[in-house]
Amino acid sequence: MSVPIFLLLAVLTVASALVIVIHRNPIYSALGLVSTLFLMALLFVGLEAHMVAVLQIIIYAGAIVVLFLFVIMLLNLQVEERETVSRPLIGAAVAGGLALGLLVLLGIGLTPLAPPAPVQPGYGGTQPLAERLFTAYLLPFELTSLLLLVAIVGAVVVGKRQA
Amino acid sequence: MGVTPISWYLALSGVLFAIGTVGVLTRRNLIVIFMAIELLLNAVNLSFVALARSLGSMDGQVIVFFVLAVAAAEAAVGLAILLQLYRLRETLNADEVTTLRW
Amino acid sequence: MAVDVAIACIKAVVMLLIALQVMAMGVYFERKVSAIIQDRIGANRASILGFAGQGLINTLVADPLKFLLKEDVRPDGADPFLHTLAPLAAVIPALAAFAVIPFGDVLEIGGRTINLQAASLDVGILYILAMASLGVYGVVLAGWASNNRWSLLGGIRGSAQMISYEIAMGLALIGVVLTYNTFDLQEIARRQGELIWGWLPAWGVIYQPLAFLILFAAGIAESKRIPFDLPESESELVSGFFTEYSGAKHLMFMMSDFVEVVLVAALVTTLFFGGWQVPYLGREGFHFPWGSSIALPSLVVAILQIISLSVKLIFFTWLQIVIRWTLPRFRYDQLMRLGWKGLLPVSLLNVVVSAALVLMREGRA
Repeated sequence: MSVPIFLLLAVLTVASALVIVIHRNPIYSALGLVSTLFLMALLFVGLEAHMVAVLQIIIYAGAIVVLFLFVIMLLNLQVEERETVSRPLIGAAVAGGLALGLLVLLGIGLTPLAPPAPVQPGYGGTQPLAERLFTAYLLPFELTSLLLLVAIVGAVVVGKRQA
Repeated sequence: MGVTPISWYLALSGVLFAIGTVGVLTRRNLIVIFMAIELLLNAVNLSFVALARSLGSMDGQVIVFFVLAVAAAEAAVGLAILLQLYRLRETLNADEVTTLRW
Repeated sequence: MAVDVAIACIKAVVMLLIALQVMAMGVYFERKVSAIIQDRIGANRASILGFAGQGLINTLVADPLKFLLKEDVRPDGADPFLHTLAPLAAVIPALAAFAVIPFGDVLEIGGRTINLQAASLDVGILYILAMASLGVYGVVLAGWASNNRWSLLGGIRGSAQMISYEIAMGLALIGVVLTYNTFDLQEIARRQGELIWGWLPAWGVIYQPLAFLILFAAGIAESKRIPFDLPESESELVSGFFTEYSGAKHLMFMMSDFVEVVLVAALVTTLFFGGWQVPYLGREGFHFPWGSSIALPSLVVAILQIISLSVKLIFFTWLQIVIRWTLPRFRYDQLMRLGWKGLLPVSLLNVVVSAALVLMREGRA
């Protein structure tokens, strides 16, 4: 992906992430999450991971965040009242976050990465993904389907209105 | 004006992870904390995909596939728990659900 | 390089024009066909210099003009940003989904072979599913941003309906993917040009009739048309989740409705009825099964294919409109029961049977 497009997407992604974390209204946070996920999908496309990008939009942006929005609307969450978190705590958290970010950037800067390996034309499509998924990662695949079943049953049971 | 080096993607992933961490630590609304956790998961997804591209292997993308599925499962159960919590305590403020018994 | 960009832009514009023209015809058909079904004439009063065109001027000129000139009302407690965002979130994914619909085979011009598809993705079908799932946001945000509890109810019902029928749609699409072994819509359209027993074009409906019915029904439910329009229910809830919208925003919601009608028609056409395929028309011209053939230049072939696609799109749009004006509305619990207990098991069965048949076919080959 060319540098100007990457920089544009990176700036927009960071801005949307900040909206999630900073905005008072939970609905705006959810919309920030949607736009972050969408921009991430675009970044995935830039990394030639087409299948994962589309899956991200279908699953994450199209289902999970809709679920979030449902919950927010059903609970009719009002705009958060004045933050009860004390100023020093916010300052400490932000400082910690900055420290974490700088540490990661430092680590990345100090570690030399080889230039990206050349990939065959089908990279990132359904075929190679399926080939890995159903051979080397078959057990996690089956366990994930079990996990989803457990999650479905669990969500229904936990969310039931007690009689 | 060339191709972006992979380390820039990792840097972006790190920045997003840091923002997510600040969100989890700072916000009091449980749903927003949950959304910040989703942001953390996504930052890691980006890092996996970038490294998969760097190594030319598909394994990173398979891991992302699993992370997607697990995040969906976690969101479903987590929101069900939040719903139940709201019904019992009438609040979703993390500061008000600090006691283990009531 | 610049020529490639220009070609891509032209392809996108052509596909958009096809979609929007068929949508406009859909709007006109809606008025006229409903009038014919209900044994009346329909709107025919508006005219320019005496030319009323059987309701054409009324539907295609007067109506949009009226909507665009109306005052944009925003309810009192409504969030202005969300209120404006909702119609955009409804229209944009619906239009964007047209990028992967192929409108022709290839065009050989000036030494280049141009694939007549606006975006040649190798995950085309999944892209359409992605745009369908993004369409939920328009409904949800419209219901919320109206600051009106009945709109909110309509919005939540509408989005619950949409995500329920997305599942049946996805599973029906899996059947198609199993049959053609590819996610790319252009490949699927091309393979439907082959002939079975030497004379029958191998259209998808022959291989996957059940998937066609499921996709058609789920598609109508996704676009919230009658018989699945409880979230909107014109005769009962005024306009359901977009009651509080007027003027240009209302026009955008109606536009998204019709664009989704054309999208369902395009999907059904491309996957099950050959898309741009004209029977017996190949890249060099007609090759009839009885031996004769007519050679045609590439441009004429492309134009014939575009016309074929448009005719099929118009047919399926007309079909959806006739269905709309014939059937009564589903009650909400009937709707959900149909989605979860009816279409979902049937589409799963379709996937299993298709997979078994594909394995048998490959085992024999």
